[in-house]
Amino acid sequence: MKRRFVETIALALLRGTAFAVLLATILLIGSIVRGGAGVITWEFLSATPTEGMTHGGIFPAIFGTICITLLMIVMALPLGVCAAIYMVEYAGSSGLARVIRASVNNLAGVPSIVFGLFGVGFFILFIGRSIDRVRGGGLLFGQPAMLWAAATLAVLVLPVIIVNTAEALTAVPRSHREASFALGATRWQTVRRVVLPQARAGILTGSILSVSRGAGETAPILFTGCAYFLPRLPIVHLGVPFTGLSVPMVNPLDQFMELSYHIFIMATQSTDAAATRPIQYGTTLILVALTFILNLAAISLRVRYRRGLESR
Amino acid sequence: MKSSAMVTPRPAREAVSNASPAKVAFGGVSFSYPGRQALSGVTLDVPERRVTAIIGPSGCGKSTLIKSINRIAEIGTEVKVEGRVTIDGQDVYAPGVDLVDLRRRVGMLFQKANPFPKSIFENVAFGPRIHGASRAGDLDQAVERSLRQAALWDEVKDRLGTSAMELSGGQQQRLCLARVLAVDPEVILMDEPCSALDPISTARIEELIEELRERYTVVIVTHNMQQAARVSDRTAFLLNGQLVEVDDTETIFTTPADRRTEDYITGRFG
Ligand SMILES: Nc1ncnc2c1ncn2[C@@H]1O[C@H](COP(=O)(O)OP(=O)(O)O)[C@@H](O)[C@H]1O
Ligand SMILES: [Mg+2]
Repeated sequence: MKRRFVETIALALLRGTAFAVLLATILLIGSIVRGGAGVITWEFLSATPTEGMTHGGIFPAIFGTICITLLMIVMALPLGVCAAIYMVEYAGSSGLARVIRASVNNLAGVPSIVFGLFGVGFFILFIGRSIDRVRGGGLLFGQPAMLWAAATLAVLVLPVIIVNTAEALTAVPRSHREASFALGATRWQTVRRVVLPQARAGILTGSILSVSRGAGETAPILFTGCAYFLPRLPIVHLGVPFTGLSVPMVNPLDQFMELSYHIFIMATQSTDAAATRPIQYGTTLILVALTFILNLAAISLRVRYRRGLESR
Repeated sequence: MKSSAMVTPRPAREAVSNASPAKVAFGGVSFSYPGRQALSGVTLDVPERRVTAIIGPSGCGKSTLIKSINRIAEIGTEVKVEGRVTIDGQDVYAPGVDLVDLRRRVGMLFQKANPFPKSIFENVAFGPRIHGASRAGDLDQAVERSLRQAALWDEVKDRLGTSAMELSGGQQQRLCLARVLAVDPEVILMDEPCSALDPISTARIEELIEELRERYTVVIVTHNMQQAARVSDRTAFLLNGQLVEVDDTETIFTTPADRRTEDYITGRFG
């Protein structure tokens, strides 16, 4: 009888917590949608902020977020995947490999503001200033810029990508590696032709999820490149030689606006924070939607590949 | 019993009955994993174009013995090897041995069929591809020849593009055999290849082994005494990492020289 009673209580508690989480999510999303949906118009998405950010749109922040996210992926993904391949397929279980593994795991738990400070110290003051010194002719690299902000974010998501990729690689059965080696394949051929094709789905989904985490971060870009307000997009026009034409290109050395930072400054730095409230909601909604799209992409990839794996 | 097997019992160990020269030879081989010696002082000749069966209780070192030939046993672990393992007289543990070439010459079939989650075609073409074949005509030819040799061609010729994972267990094991044959090995190692198969699939594999012995040197580990008796010319009995006895299969199963061999094949232990 007593056991039965405990069982019932336990179930009720567990169910209760599950519902609490669900409720919190619904309330959160609900309030964002309720507050933000009304603001979202084509103008909001395509215009620049005006009148001390109490009017106008958030296009530069959307543009900046997308640029920096893409740049971050370009920097972090190849590096993270290669590091994981080395760790799982080559390093084995040597002492060095264990040290690397432990530090990667620890790095994944470091607060993001620490990465922000690291970005300033390492990328801007050390690398950037060094480049400037060698180059001569004043400050160009040694100041906050999209390049350094993206690099900082890349360092932030790198351990997460490594851990996810390593997990996907480890999931490939040992018997497949053995079969490949037994046929005379080298380690690299085994990785390329047997391990990676099977781990691809896991690597991609894990990476997208880690990227979607990085895309919403404010602290790492706080000091490394994002701007309070920028009346222009971070774009340069590069002349194509001999044609007289010029093509617009994202300028990674420029500063940029970014969604989460935009929300932060509207809420805390604005002279009239109350007047920016609807725009804050709208901006939050867009940020959440972008993250959601990334997650959706990850899920659909996973489903597609899982189905593909079975029938291939 | 087939082949040149002699009927008269012969003294153990020294018995080297057949005209066939040794393709693979173990000379006083001891093999250790970290903290565990798996083989001690094994001396054994594997005759060319014959089927040699390795029998013995679980954990006695059968897998280690055959995996030491293609040097798969050392993957992912530290090992210590003493003595000599040779193929055609060449030491496979000599410094500078080309592992890729060694493993091309020595194919292996595992206990559980392990096709890649790729198409049937890609599974068989895997070996030729990694060894440099790329012309579509060559690949098609190699795939068809190997699948025919593995008696799988008629069952799969209309669906070479479908996943190997859709085949039955027996078909998967024959696919793995085709995958091995596609790289033109000289020696084929089989580690309990039928232990996960039903009797009919097992019989088909056994028929295949019968055909393979005309062109290849086969070493098969098996837990099944009848299978060893059916398919092999020579049988080696391994116990606790030591070779107890090796002789013509018929001799081993009728008049073994060692008491322990007799106990094992009659089911008194193991
Ligand atoms: N990778 C390994 N690392 C450590 N010990 C191993 C490894 N593989 C096998 N062994 C040990 O070596 C002995 C022989 O194993 P194995 O050759 O697989 O025997 P069998 O195939 O006859 O069952 C066993 O005691 C086993 O535990
Ligand atoms: Mg075994």
